[in-house]
Amino acid sequence: MKNIIEIENLHFSYRDDTGNLSAEVLKGINLNIKEGEFVAVLGHNGCGKSTLAKHINAILVPTDGKVIVNGIDTSDDSRIFELRQCAGMVFQNPDNQIVSSVVEEDVAFALENLGVPYEEMRRRVDDSLKAVNMYEYRLHSPAQLSGGQKQRIAIAGIIAMQPRCIILDEPTAMLDPQGRKEVMSTIRQMNREKNITIVLITHYMDEAAQCDRVVVMDRGNIILDDTPKGVFSHVQKLKEIGLDVPQVTELAWELKNAGYDIPDDIITEEECVEAIKKLFGGKTIGSS
Amino acid sequence: MAVLETQELTYIYSAGSPFEKVAVDHVNLKIDAGQIIGVMGHTGSGKSTLIQHFNGLLKPSSGRVLLDGRDIWEDKNKIRDVRFQVGLVFQYPEYQIFEETVYKDIAYGCRNMGLDESEIKLRVIETACDIGLKEEILERSPFELSGGQKRRVAIAGVMAMRPKVLILDEPTAGLDPAGRDKIITHIKNYHRRTKNTVLIVSHSMEDIAGFADKILVMNKARLFCFDDTVKVFGRSEEISEIGLDVPQITKVFTKLKKQGLDFGKEVYTVGYAKDLIIKYLRERGL
Amino acid sequence: MLKDITIGQYFPSSSIIHRLDPRFKIVITFIYILMLFTGSSVSSLAVGAVYTLMSVLLSGIPVKMFAKSVKPLLPFLLVTAVINLFLVDSGDIYFEWKFIKITEGGIDISVFMVVRIILLITGSSVLTYTTSPITLTDAIERLLSPLKKLKFPVHELAMMMSIALRFIPTLIEETDKIISAQKARGAEIDTGSFTTRAKNMIAILVPLFISSFRRADELATAMECRCYNGGEGRTRLRQLKSSPKDYIALGITVIFYAAAIITAHWLK
Repeated sequence: MKNIIEIENLHFSYRDDTGNLSAEVLKGINLNIKEGEFVAVLGHNGCGKSTLAKHINAILVPTDGKVIVNGIDTSDDSRIFELRQCAGMVFQNPDNQIVSSVVEEDVAFALENLGVPYEEMRRRVDDSLKAVNMYEYRLHSPAQLSGGQKQRIAIAGIIAMQPRCIILDEPTAMLDPQGRKEVMSTIRQMNREKNITIVLITHYMDEAAQCDRVVVMDRGNIILDDTPKGVFSHVQKLKEIGLDVPQVTELAWELKNAGYDIPDDIITEEECVEAIKKLFGGKTIGSS
Repeated sequence: MAVLETQELTYIYSAGSPFEKVAVDHVNLKIDAGQIIGVMGHTGSGKSTLIQHFNGLLKPSSGRVLLDGRDIWEDKNKIRDVRFQVGLVFQYPEYQIFEETVYKDIAYGCRNMGLDESEIKLRVIETACDIGLKEEILERSPFELSGGQKRRVAIAGVMAMRPKVLILDEPTAGLDPAGRDKIITHIKNYHRRTKNTVLIVSHSMEDIAGFADKILVMNKARLFCFDDTVKVFGRSEEISEIGLDVPQITKVFTKLKKQGLDFGKEVYTVGYAKDLIIKYLRERGL
Repeated sequence: MLKDITIGQYFPSSSIIHRLDPRFKIVITFIYILMLFTGSSVSSLAVGAVYTLMSVLLSGIPVKMFAKSVKPLLPFLLVTAVINLFLVDSGDIYFEWKFIKITEGGIDISVFMVVRIILLITGSSVLTYTTSPITLTDAIERLLSPLKKLKFPVHELAMMMSIALRFIPTLIEETDKIISAQKARGAEIDTGSFTTRAKNMIAILVPLFISSFRRADELATAMECRCYNGGEGRTRLRQLKSSPKDYIALGITVIFYAAAIITAHWLK
């Protein structure tokens, strides 16, 4: 499978008012993401994960190094619209990315900008709204929707561009549990059914556990890059940089430290249930 | 003695208009002084409307709110005093910051109380310490601080009024795990030092499981339950049915119970789960 | 709650007037205004009144809603009417006392003015009650599009307008929240002396400005991400199609206008 995103030795510093470079935010990132992958990027606030995300569709361009998305160099100004069509981005605050007062017009926004003819635009808008399960809300005002619904509208607005890849910058941080579930299941569906590559920036460990691959960042560097199981087995390391692990992983780790024989790569409830049953050797306990 | 009490509290939004909606429906509850209470409920359950009644920001459509046994609306000219006694920190409170220095912003509430300068200074420094803000940042602009720091400034602004009851609406929303832990630790410290009543609103049981004495759950404008944390966790399946998050570890123990491993206790923290499993393993010589 | 207030004055419905092309509605409203100010004969004003009544009835919106939109202006109308009545000096004199004179001309002017303004407000309310603000913006953009050739930023203005409309409910909700938050810190918003209230307005405006700028910044990035590049080469999801009924409505309006002009001359 070919790489859709290739990041090579990426360095980045913001410029201050006088044009001087301030401290480096990204310190030489190397990362390849394959077509159709579902990747989570974890890290505490200020570790550079959002800055990294903004490089993928050229909101920021590298101070040094290269970012190639679907064969397009992000520093090539002449292909910027082609790039942004291919790599769409969804942000944290659902309110601040919806442009129009009518849901379907918001979904159409990118297509209008790209000059897509009416017939095709109509079809793509309807398809995108159906894909995120918001078709019956097409004539509503965004002000009438819940956070999770607004976020799904934002995703529909990106899907309408028929991108190869979607970058989501903490899309669930401001949502309630219900909204988080809606958004996560929509994202997973886009990945599975449309084979869209997903880069999910998050600090929710349960979301990361649902991905194919987890990249952990700390102070502008990638420090872990593995399957969720592989990453969460580094409980100590994650805790040191201020991240959590799923509770089941933590329990297994605690039991292992106490000298019990339990796998250190537990990330789901089912695995945890099985492992505990195994500890008890298949015996049952009754409280009565 | 209950510090806060509601009697048949009911609130109807936009009464008489086509938008009419019952947000709080005949709620009766008594909150004892000195406890930490977790308040849960999904969006639209009425929990935010409920807590805005505790400090008189909203006036009941019917029913009463009692603070120390007195109806807070007895004299509506004194409702501002109620707000000093019941401090309410809204969700994303950093967006209410407006003064040019951290010190001034924390002092804003105290100034409104009409305290004198020396008392204000004392309180600002004391709360800054409670919430983990170093003294040297007091003279800085709050807008230069990180998100987590700003949030702590905003919380301090309410704490400094020394309310009998402190209510925090999702104080950890949108923060990363480290930021979350820090805020929770500081709130716990504040509670330990002042022994004041604290109410924390959250969507997630995982966040409040470790330290709440009691949990209040709202569902569809009604009081779903208000009981000791352990007992509420005994109803975790019902709670997850009304759309709230139950800790992963609780779900694991519910599953274990169904599969013949009944530990006989409600489990909601990892530490307790570990101790319990080890205890049972030892008893069985495993 | 503040956010429950209807934004703009739009009443969703599907009356014949609601379904007219908004571009035609704007043009028709202009002709209507011209009609009201044609000549000053009773008959031409009567033509305007009949036309207004007809459109009010066709819009299917309760008459009391129109009364509501006229009401705030009544005191102003009465005051100007009285001033006109006493100070205009032309034609037969009916009453005179010191500098106050009631003349035929004075009565004419004040009555005509009051009736005209009431009709004007009612008629333009038909437009705003039956057309959503966003549709209006869109129609204005299209009607003004020839001005693009003169480098007039038609698209940019329309985009600003529609973003403003989009954010009105969001900002109202936000203002609500900030007011509550400051009240919780003991701010006196609706009580207290003028100076405390003014000081407390700062506590609301500063956070509101800061958050608006943050929103604007994030929205700009989000728009860029969705390939926004100004008005050049844009297509539209919202299609405005004129149909025979639009031309018929326009035709009827023109006929009424003609009638107003003709009666004004004939009956003078």
